[in-house]
Formats: sequence, structure tokens, C-alpha cells
Amino acid sequence: MPEKRIRVLIAKPGLDGHDRGAKVVARALRDAGMEVIYTGLRQTPEMIASAALQEDVDAVGLSILSGAHMSLVPRVLELMKANGQGGTLVFVGGIIPQEDARALLQMGISAVYGPGTATTRVIDDLRSALVAVG
Amino acid sequence: MELIEKAAAGDRLAISRLLSEVENDSEQGKKALDELYARGGQAAIIGVTGPSGSGKSTLVNRLALALSCPESGAPRQVAVIAVDPSSPFSGGALLGDRVRMRDLGVLPNIFIRSMATRGALGGLACAAESAAQVLDAAGFGLILVETVGAGQSEVDIARLAHTTVVVEAPGQGDDIQAAKAGILEIADVLVVNKSDKPDAAAAARTLEAMLEIGAQMVHASQAEENARWQVPLVSTCALDGSGVEDLKQAIMAHQAWLRAHGGLEEKNRARAEDALKLAAREHLFKEWQRGLDPGKYRQALENVLARRLSPRQALERLLKP
Repeated sequence: MPEKRIRVLIAKPGLDGHDRGAKVVARALRDAGMEVIYTGLRQTPEMIASAALQEDVDAVGLSILSGAHMSLVPRVLELMKANGQGGTLVFVGGIIPQEDARALLQMGISAVYGPGTATTRVIDDLRSALVAVG
Repeated sequence: MELIEKAAAGDRLAISRLLSEVENDSEQGKKALDELYARGGQAAIIGVTGPSGSGKSTLVNRLALALSCPESGAPRQVAVIAVDPSSPFSGGALLGDRVRMRDLGVLPNIFIRSMATRGALGGLACAAESAAQVLDAAGFGLILVETVGAGQSEVDIARLAHTTVVVEAPGQGDDIQAAKAGILEIADVLVVNKSDKPDAAAAARTLEAMLEIGAQMVHASQAEENARWQVPLVSTCALDGSGVEDLKQAIMAHQAWLRAHGGLEEKNRARAEDALKLAAREHLFKEWQRGLDPGKYRQALENVLARRLSPRQALERLLKP
């Protein structure tokens, strides 16, 4: 089956240890036929950007429940841009206040998913945004 | 062809993109493999295989660090290809080897790429060999290839790697399991990982006994006997790193033995032959498909389905002009 598949990095930046949400999304994307690279807990923005670069992913999903999203997300975006991956889709999941969500979207985040989001929505969003890659 | 040049010069984004092209078997990927072929053949390829949960990824994490630091001189460029299975149902995959390779992710001289098997059954990804070629041409002198959790027959790695490390863990079966054909046969270096577990010593004894039986079975001349590679057994605990230095030494010893006894030439020749045959199979199949009359093909299919003809008989008729 040597065909193009959507590759997604699912990462948990920062110090909170709650990875159930990240795992649920990773599993759902796998079942939707995507290749999911899962990095595990407590990743620094440097580790995430480096993984995104080495894995040539089409999208990066950041799961953050610690409240540190306003410092972690811009740092990841900045590093990815420096690596030449400024155009890669980045989405965020977690507990994000609405005004922060707006600010993140303005920074270039493709979507912010709160608790209770249907995994099918994440899948559909990714597929329609990445329609060019299949 | 800027991408190929950049990748060959070591540009990480270019290497990464090229790996995708090769993995997707795109036109650019094929062209890159043609162009880079002449620059390949430099890297030492080390395979790491063994049952799932035996600690391969954690061990590769340690091993990549150890191997990237030579006794003297600058750090070595090390690449890791980590293979995990694709789902037979959705075709998707969850590639989790990076979770155990936290120490490697940001090092400038180490590059990790996760690959899904995409339907290949031998324990490797379809494009693992092609990916190794790209990394080889991009200047990685050492390539570690970690297979999927392998049981008894996922032995493709022995064809790709110059040195194959088989990682076992305690509690994986008795001495009959150890005597069965398959994965233990391909080991150039045998590892009992999780040496901190209470039954690790017993597992090591069982495997040691199996290796001894194997050595006694070889009825070779004394000269051949002296030249034979004696598979070493190394105990490691990947969690705390003990035994990893011994494993590194065992791998280096096997590499030196290969060079001294023409083993490298032998392995490379076998691989070249396989690659040529595979290319021929793919080409001939495409030729056959191209020249196929769709009407005749449907008819043949119906005949096979209704059991009027065996598949071989149907093919014979199709091939008749």
C-alpha cells in the first residue's frame, strides 16, 4: 500500500500528565486511516518541532490542559516556522478559555477543540483542510 | 531536483520530505532513489528486532546515544527508522516508538523517522530499505532499523541489516520456543533485556544453551570453524542503561568480523540480487497489466471464480498470443 496517507503528530507540551484526550484523538485518527505519530507526555516545544520536522507531518495536534497554552503554542509555531514548516497545520485541544482560543486562532492555529468535541469533527476538519494531500 | 541535492547535503527538511516521497512511491521518490544510489553503500545498517514489549525502542534510545559517540573524534551521524504496524482494517497506524526515544529527539546528530508497515508482513515497512538508502546518501554513517514487534517469522530485517540484534525478554517461552526456526536464527547478537527481572538469568541460560547446541551442530572444517561468527549473548537493562556498552561492543565486533571475513560483500551482493529481482518482478507485472485485454481478463477471472480453470491455467491462456 505505498500511497500517500495523512500523517499527524499528536504531542503533549508542558507539564500536565493528563494524556487521555490526546490518546483518544490519536486512536480516532488511526481508525480514520491516518498515520499518527504519538510522542508521549511532557514534551518541550523544541522536541515537538523537531519531531514534526523529522516525521514530515501534515498536521500537528497539541493537547494542553495545564493552562500554559499562551506561552507553549506560540513557541511551537515559532520553532516550526524557523524549520521551514510554517505552513503546516497546527490544532490545539484542551481546556482553553474563549478569548485565548480567539488569540490562538489569530496566531494561525487551525482549530481549538474543547472538552466534549466529537472526534469525527477533528477528523472531518483535518480531511477537508488537507484535501490536497489526500 | 533541488530537493535531492539539499537532502544529500544534509538539509533536514529536505531529507524528511524526500523520505515521504520515497515512502509514497511517487515519481520524485523513484527518481531520487535512482540518483542517490551511486552515493549509497556507506552506512552500517543495524537491525533491532524481537517480540513486542521486549524493550526494543527503549534499547534503541540508549544504543543510538552510545553508538553516536565513537571512542574518538566527532559524534557520528545516526539515523533511526522505527517501524510500527498499520491497521489491516483502516490502514491507519499509531506510531509510538518516539515515546521511548525522548533523549534523541533534539540532538543535532540524530534523526528519527517513524514508519508504518503499510501492508508489508515481514516486520518492516514496504519502504524501509528505500528510506535507509536516502538516509545513507544523506550522510548518516549508522542506521538503526527497529522492526515491529516480531514473533517467529518476521525476518526481513536480516536481509536489510548488516548486523541483526534480536532482543528477547524474560518470560517469553521455554527452550522449545528457543529451538524453533525463525527469529533467533537471524541473530548476529542476542540480547536478554530487562535483566533486572528475577527470571532474566534463567532466560539467558536457556538462550545460551540453544546457542551452544547450534554451535555443536555445525560440522565444519577447523579453518571454517575458526572463521565462524560466534553469536554473543548480552544482558541489558534498557531502563537504567546497564549492559548497553557491552551491546555496543558486540555490535562493533560483528561489524569488524564482517569486514575481515568478506561478510559485508556477501550481504551486499545478496541484497543487490534481491533488489534487482524485485525490480524485475514489479516491471514485468506492470508490462503484463499494460498489455492486458480487459475482456479476456474478465473472462479469465470468471473462469477462475467458477472453478472451470485454476489460476495457473487461466494465466497460461491469457499469456497465449
